Amino acid sequence: MRRHRAAYCAPHFLEFFEAQVHRAITTQRMFRPGERILVAVSGGKDSLALWEILLRRGDDATGLHVDLGIGGYSQESRARTEEFARARGARLLVADLRAEYGMDIGTLAKASGRNSCSACGLSKRYLFNKLARDGGFTAVVTGHNLDDEAAVLLGNLLHWNMDQLARQAPVLEQTHPHLVRRVKPLYRTSERESAAYALLRGIDYVIEECPHSRGARSLLHKEVLNSLEAASAGTKQAFYWGFLDRLAPVLRAGGPPVLHPCRQCDQPTTEEVCAFCRMTARAAARQSAGASSHP
Amino acid sequence: MKIRLHHPRRDLEIVGRGRVSQILAELGLDPEAHLVIRGDTLLTSDSEVDEADEIEIRPVISGGTTDGAPCAV
Ligand SMILES: [Zn+2]
Ligand SMILES: [Zn+2]
Repeated sequence: MRRHRAAYCAPHFLEFFEAQVHRAITTQRMFRPGERILVAVSGGKDSLALWEILLRRGDDATGLHVDLGIGGYSQESRARTEEFARARGARLLVADLRAEYGMDIGTLAKASGRNSCSACGLSKRYLFNKLARDGGFTAVVTGHNLDDEAAVLLGNLLHWNMDQLARQAPVLEQTHPHLVRRVKPLYRTSERESAAYALLRGIDYVIEECPHSRGARSLLHKEVLNSLEAASAGTKQAFYWGFLDRLAPVLRAGGPPVLHPCRQCDQPTTEEVCAFCRMTARAAARQSAGASSHP
Repeated sequence: MKIRLHHPRRDLEIVGRGRVSQILAELGLDPEAHLVIRGDTLLTSDSEVDEADEIEIRPVISGGTTDGAPCAV
């Protein structure tokens, strides 16, 4: 494995990767040993590699898998996640979108006028927080890596999404009693490194892409960043870590947004009714209107 | 050499031997976005692949959502 012109043999790479995750957790005070944490696991390389490391560290890490009902892709993702948990004797919660809300992500997206990826991101963030809170967990851990964060940063800068820029960080502290702390222990490592770690640890992960993500803008942003990285190693890291060091503190000076409980579901939101409740309500209305318009 | 690719899943064959970096360049694949695997060994960019070898070229880029969270989470 190459990193900044450094090459690692397999055992040293595993050591290096795990050390980077420990370092992220300790220097950013992500959580303390013994704290009950909920790890969002998709069945992909990043989340399974992360869960593996947390279990190896002896953290009290329960998995949470959201079944989005995206055909064979979701079936395989869920199966890989369940196999991983079974093999390690780890606790796993599964939330099934169809069982809980009566709709898969495709239907929900279409009926609410959002694109699939936006409906997917919104649903997952909502469910992670809700289920963490219901289960008494104090941190939600996600497998976002350096490439994800750098691509999101580039997108946010290109479109000057100031609100989202101000909230981009490896640790989102609890700023409201109903909001569970969110942390990203892989923010220091690349997705190539996650894949290598998963492979070298013998983790059977889903290689396939979410079929909805094809042509997504974030993929274009990742490709652009990879071209820059190929021309000059270390660019991605300098870009994202530089943002965290220099610009993020300035943007955060305004303080966190004021949150209050959603009128319908009690989850924290900046509005009267949260985006998830509005999305599901709109989808339900559209479905019943569609059903009654035909005799 | 036999090469297995993903997205979409397909197999192809290249005559002769070569270095990993050359093979990726010939296929127009970004070295930053792929792992090259032989058996259960991860190959580095300067590893040699022989005529009789079978390798897998595995993409590592995962898709993302428009509002910040990658699909893969
Ligand atoms: Zn709500
Ligand atoms: Zn998705």
